[in-house]
Amino acid sequence: MLSRVLEQNSPAAELVAWDPEAVLDGKLDRGEVTLFIAPARIAAVCGFLKERGFTRLSSITAVDWYPAEPRFEVVYHLHNMRDNRRLRLKCRLSEGESIPSVTGVWRGADWYEREVWDLFGIRFENHPDLRRILLPEDWTDHPLRKDYPVHGRRYDYVREGGE
Amino acid sequence: MSDQAPIPTEATARTLTLNMGPQHPSTHGVLRLVLELDGETVVRARPEIGFLHTGIEKECEQKLYHQVVTLTDRVDYLAPLSNNLCYCLAVEKLLGLEVPPLARWMRVMLTELTRLNSHLVWLGTHALDIGAMSVFLYCFREREEILRIFEMFSGQRMMTSYFRIGGLAVEPPRGWQHAVRRFVDTFPSRIDEYEELLTRNPIWLRRTKGVGYVSLEDLIELGVTGPMLRAAGLAWDIRKSEPYSDYDQFDFEIPTRTESDVYARYQVRLEEMRQSTRIVRQALEGMPSGRHVADAPGIVLPDREKMKTEMEALIYHFKIVTEGFRVPPGEVYQAVESPRGELAYYVVSDGGAKPWRVYMRTPSFGNLQALPAMIEGGLIADVVAALGSMDFVLGDVDR
Repeated sequence: MLSRVLEQNSPAAELVAWDPEAVLDGKLDRGEVTLFIAPARIAAVCGFLKERGFTRLSSITAVDWYPAEPRFEVVYHLHNMRDNRRLRLKCRLSEGESIPSVTGVWRGADWYEREVWDLFGIRFENHPDLRRILLPEDWTDHPLRKDYPVHGRRYDYVREGGE
Repeated sequence: MSDQAPIPTEATARTLTLNMGPQHPSTHGVLRLVLELDGETVVRARPEIGFLHTGIEKECEQKLYHQVVTLTDRVDYLAPLSNNLCYCLAVEKLLGLEVPPLARWMRVMLTELTRLNSHLVWLGTHALDIGAMSVFLYCFREREEILRIFEMFSGQRMMTSYFRIGGLAVEPPRGWQHAVRRFVDTFPSRIDEYEELLTRNPIWLRRTKGVGYVSLEDLIELGVTGPMLRAAGLAWDIRKSEPYSDYDQFDFEIPTRTESDVYARYQVRLEEMRQSTRIVRQALEGMPSGRHVADAPGIVLPDREKMKTEMEALIYHFKIVTEGFRVPPGEVYQAVESPRGELAYYVVSDGGAKPWRVYMRTPSFGNLQALPAMIEGGLIADVVAALGSMDFVLGDVDR
């Protein structure tokens, strides 16, 4: 599958030539290119692609494939504005694993990574300010996980001062 | 969400922390800004979001594909049709479904009217924030006409849900040409009216020129899209660069400015309104005939008339409504140009009748990140002008 992507996609081919270990697999589906990247290499790979014209980070999100393992996919959508090309990078992570932050590559990755942390509970290493962004700071779970019920969890509220 | 008040040190003792919002008229929704001030200068600004988080993405995973359309309206409530369009295009791409020309053109026409609607609300409230009250009244007068057109088409003024997977919800109403023509004939002169009120107005110029400057490189770096990028000199518009829904058949220009200040953003959006009117007129004059939905029996709801006479139509209707339709596994990232910038839906299917994941890359979320860069170092009085020039919708930010 990877070889077919590489034939048709020059940034992917350049990336493999630069660091063959980083690219685990590739996929060409409905005209969209997806590369599976080794999580530890993601920041370096993004830095490399940014220099090769993918100047804009469109978004970072995640998909939870629970109960499959590894359950999480962190998904990066890159955009090359000059050639109008889009590229999707994916990193597979298990529960509890963290991934390097790409805030050093794009400052705009800040909020997207905070959102993924908030809603999925995936930690980003070296993120300057990894706080919850949408939910209250004292929230205890990550609602976009598939094992989180859609109606929320029941919480037992304790009155201040105790009862 | 709230931090403990910092202990004043030599460096911070001079500054004052001001809490702006979440309930503040100029934040257009519930946005909280924590401003650190040195006199009247903003030293540090920190936006706090999430007050309007409704968990729409989680909700999407619980619904059948066709039911999700109604949720997409509620993401960006000033541009519901842009969201409908983006979601429908994404699912149609997953299904490999082609919609007929009438539906494609109708989608273009109505999303352009949505852009006008959204820009009118932006212009009215932005001017109101800066102190020009009458513009607001004029803008809402024209917006009313657009909302009436929406009501004519879909029965709803705001949460239209008019685009469905495979085409349009219902056939275009009789006499729609008349209503749209009346609007496009008068609207350009209305834009002239707004310009008369603002473009050379000395107070407006003073409040907007040179305010909220951010360089183009920083804007891209921070993930800003849409009119703000075009006001910094980049002629990038997804309608031109990655045309969808027959946009390549329309003749329009991408307005740009290079100053990247509040005034340049105002000029770009005003020119966009003229260009959108051009597109609406072209759609009106060249509207193709034919069916408004694709010929896809298992996906598109059958005609009401057929349901009364044909057994198959009744069965399909029952199946679509009760159990939906299955979408082949895969994933699609579909981007469109919403009034605020790049709106993209990332839809992941596992082969079932409900989407496995719907991610909304909303333009307001990306744009809002640039707010500190825009107002830090400026005066507190300019914060409101800069906020208005971003044109964010908090529903779009928090989802």
